[in-house]
Amino acid sequence: MPKFETISQLEEYRRRLLAQRDAQAPQVLVCGGPGCLPMGSEEVAAAFQQELKQRGLAAKVILKESGCQGLCARAVKVMLRPREITYQQVTPEDVPEIVEETLVKGKILERLCYQADDGAVKAKKSEIPFYQGQHPLVLGKMDLIDPTSLDDYLAAGGYRAIPHIFGKMSPEAVIDVVERSGLRGRGGGGFPTGRKWRLCRQVPGDVKYLICNGDEGDPGAFMDRAVMEGDPHAVLEGMIIGGYAIGANQGFIYVRHEYPLAVKRLSLAIDQARASGLLGADLLGSGFNFDVKISKGAGAFVCGEETALIASMEGNIGEPRNRPPFPAQHGLWGKPTVINNVESWANVPEIINQGPEWYAAIGTDKSKGTKVFSLVGAVNNTGLVEVPMGTTLRQMVYELGGGIRGGGDFKAVQTGGPSGGCIPKQYLDLPVDYDSLQSVGSIMGSGGMIVMDEHSCMVDVARYFMSFLNDESCGKCTPCREGTKHLLEILTAITKGEGQEEHLALMEELCVTMKDASLCGLGQSAANPVLSTLKYFREEYEAHILQKKCPALVCRPLLKYTIDPETCTGCLACVRECPADAIRGEAGEPQELDQALCVKCGMCHAMCKFDAVKVES
Amino acid sequence: MSELNLTIDGQVVKSQPGLSLLLAARANGIDIPTLCFHDDLKPEGHCRLCVVEIGPPGRTRLVNSCTYPVEEGLVVQTQSEKALASRRMVLELLLAQAPAAELIQKLAAEMGVYETRFKKADPQARCILCAQCVRTCREVVGVSAISMAYRTPKKMVATPFKEDSEACIGCGSCVFICPTNVIMYTEKDGIRTVWGRHFELQACQKCGTYIAPKAQLEHWAKITGDPVESFFTCRDCR
Repeated sequence: MPKFETISQLEEYRRRLLAQRDAQAPQVLVCGGPGCLPMGSEEVAAAFQQELKQRGLAAKVILKESGCQGLCARAVKVMLRPREITYQQVTPEDVPEIVEETLVKGKILERLCYQADDGAVKAKKSEIPFYQGQHPLVLGKMDLIDPTSLDDYLAAGGYRAIPHIFGKMSPEAVIDVVERSGLRGRGGGGFPTGRKWRLCRQVPGDVKYLICNGDEGDPGAFMDRAVMEGDPHAVLEGMIIGGYAIGANQGFIYVRHEYPLAVKRLSLAIDQARASGLLGADLLGSGFNFDVKISKGAGAFVCGEETALIASMEGNIGEPRNRPPFPAQHGLWGKPTVINNVESWANVPEIINQGPEWYAAIGTDKSKGTKVFSLVGAVNNTGLVEVPMGTTLRQMVYELGGGIRGGGDFKAVQTGGPSGGCIPKQYLDLPVDYDSLQSVGSIMGSGGMIVMDEHSCMVDVARYFMSFLNDESCGKCTPCREGTKHLLEILTAITKGEGQEEHLALMEELCVTMKDASLCGLGQSAANPVLSTLKYFREEYEAHILQKKCPALVCRPLLKYTIDPETCTGCLACVRECPADAIRGEAGEPQELDQALCVKCGMCHAMCKFDAVKVES
Repeated sequence: MSELNLTIDGQVVKSQPGLSLLLAARANGIDIPTLCFHDDLKPEGHCRLCVVEIGPPGRTRLVNSCTYPVEEGLVVQTQSEKALASRRMVLELLLAQAPAAELIQKLAAEMGVYETRFKKADPQARCILCAQCVRTCREVVGVSAISMAYRTPKKMVATPFKEDSEACIGCGSCVFICPTNVIMYTEKDGIRTVWGRHFELQACQKCGTYIAPKAQLEHWAKITGDPVESFFTCRDCR
C-alpha cells in the first residue's frame, strides 16, 4: 500500500486495484459478525482455508471473513459471490460439501439455504424476505469486504467522499450538505447532525475536537459494534469529513473495553489510514491535518451520554454534567467538541457521495435516511436490519422478522434500549421514526428492538429494565438515583405478589419527577419502561396486585405447580431435579407435589417430557 | 457587559450575564430552596431541589436554577405547580434515603411533606450524596482526599479504594461543610481522627491550645511557601 500524497494518486491506485480484480472470481465470505463469531465462524473459515488448499483452489477462490451479514438467528452464515448464494447454519463439517458441490460443480445445497414458510428454498440473498425490506447504506459493505483490508474498502468505493470535498467544497458547504440531507443523530437523541456541526464550527477557537461515540451499552443491541468491527474505515471516513467541516484536527473514538474486536479492527484501520496518508498531516495534499485516536471506556452505560463520555475521556468519574454549556461550546478539555455516534459517522460518506437530495428522499418527513436496528426477541429471524425510516413495526416483525417464533401472538415491542418503552399491538402499523416513537411513549434510542410475545410478563419486563437502569444510573442526581432504586423496589414487590394498589399512582408520580428533573438523558428516560407498560398493560399490573396472579406465567412466586395424575407416568425425572424434595410417589405411579415445600423453581415443569406438570397462576 | 432582562415569577428583573438563575433570583429577593448548592463551590446540580420552570407557556421545562445561566427574555417560574411537585418528590426521596437527616425533615416540613411513601433506608442514614464534602476537598482545600465511589445502588463518599487516604490532611473541612452531619471527627489527647486516619494536632507555641493537624499546617506551608513554623502560633496569640 503506497502513501497517497494527492487525490489523483488515490484514484489511480483505486483504478488499478479494480482493473486487477475479477468481479466474477468466486468468493467465499464467512460472516464474522457478533452473532456468528461465538457460533464458530472462525472454525468455519479455517475449514474453508484447509479445504481450498487441499483441493488446490486456494489461488482461485477468494476467502474472506466479513462483518455482520445480518440474520444472526441462522449463524454461521456464508455468502458465496458472485452468485450471492447465502448459506446458513454452516458448520465446519459442511465445508467440504460446499466446496465440492457449490464451488466446483455449481450446485446449490438446499439444506443450507433459507426455507420460507411454504417450504420454498431461497438460495440468494435477494430472495430472502429478511433482506428484501432492507435498505443497506451503513451495512451496505458488510458482506462485500474484509474489514481488515483497506484495499477492499477502496475497491468498494471507500474514501470516495474525500476527493469530493478536498479542494472542491468549503467546510461550510460540507455542513450545508449534511444539514440538507436531514441526517439526525443515530445515538438516539435525534439532534440534527448538520446543525450540531455548524454550532461547533461557529464557536471561536483554534482547537476543536470530534468524538465518535462507540459506547453502545444497551442489552441486546449490537449495531455500532457490527459497524466498528465490519466496516471500520467507513467510520474513519465520516470522521475525516466531519473534522474538515468543523475545523478539528483531532478525532477520538470512544469505544468500550468489552468490544475488543472493535478496538482491534479500528486500531488496524487507523494504522492503515495513517500509513497510506488518509490520516495525518496534509491529507492527500489538501493542507488539512487530521488524526484519530482510540479512547477506551470501562463499560458504563451512562458514559454513552455525551457529557459523561467527555468526563470519562478526561480521566474523571463518568458522570454527566449540566447543560448548557453544550459540548459544541465547551466539550473535551474545554474545547468545542462534536460528538456523534458510530452509525451517524458511517452515514456521512454516502451523503457526500450521493448528495443531500438523494439521502433526504429516503425516510419520512422529519426523519431522513435509514436506521439500523437490532431486531431480537421472539421473532424467527433475529439479526441486524437496516430499513428506511418510516418502516412500520409490522413490516419489521412480520416481514423481516418472519413473524413470532413458535407461531405465538405478538404482545409488544420494546424499542430504544433499557430506557425505551414497550409499544403494544395497536401500534403495529406505526411508521418508525424519531417522532412517532416518542408519541407512543418510547424512543428511537440507538436502535434496539426487542419483540415480545405472550410469554413475556410486562411487569417483569419493566422490572428487568429497571434493574439494569438502577445498576447503571451514575447516582449523581437525586431523581434518577433514588427514583430507579424505588421503582425497582416497588416492581420487585409487585412481581412477588407484594404490591399494593397505591403503588401504581406512586410510581406514576415518581416517574413524572424523574422525567422532568433528572440531570441527563438516562434519568429523564429511565421512567419510560414503567410509564409505557403502565399505560398499555395496566391490567397486568392489576392482576399481580389485586389477584396475585401473573397472566403470562412468568413471576414465579405467583405460580402454582401441580402434577396431573392422568398424564404423569411416574418416570421420576422431576423428583430427581426437585431441589426441595417436594415431589413424592412410587416409581411408575403418578407423583404428588407438596405445595408447602414447593419453592416454585420450575425445574419439574422444565424436566417433564409428558407435559404432566401444570403451571397456573 | 450590559445587563440582561428576564422575568422571574412575573417580575421583570435585571441581571449580569453569566449569572445562574438561582443567584439572579436571590439578588432580587426571590428565594429558591437548595441543598447541594454552596456559595464557595462550583454548582453541580446534584440534588435537583432548586428546579424552576422556564420557557414560554405551553413549552416549559424544568431546569436546575443553580447551573442554568440567565438569558435575555427568559421567563422563569420558581413556584410553579410543576417545580413544587418536583421539589416535594425529591424531598420525599431524600427522606427515605436519609431518615436521620434533620435538615431534610425541616426542609420537607416547610414544603408540607411530613412522611415518605417510599421504603426507608437504615434509620441512622444521613448522607444525601450532595457531594459538598468532595467538592470542598477538591476545590477549596485542594487535596482531593475523598471522592464519590461506585454508582447508584452503592454510591458513597469514600477515600480511594476505601483505604487510608494519603492525601488527607485532616483539616475537617468535609465535616464542617456536611449539611446533614454525616462526617464526624473525634479529638482526644492531641490526636484528631477522621476518615480512619489519626492526625497529630499542633499546639500553639504560646498558649498551648491545639491549632490544627500538623499535616494541615504543612499543607499551608507548601502552598504559601512560608516556613511551617510560622503557622505554629494560634490566631489569638499572633
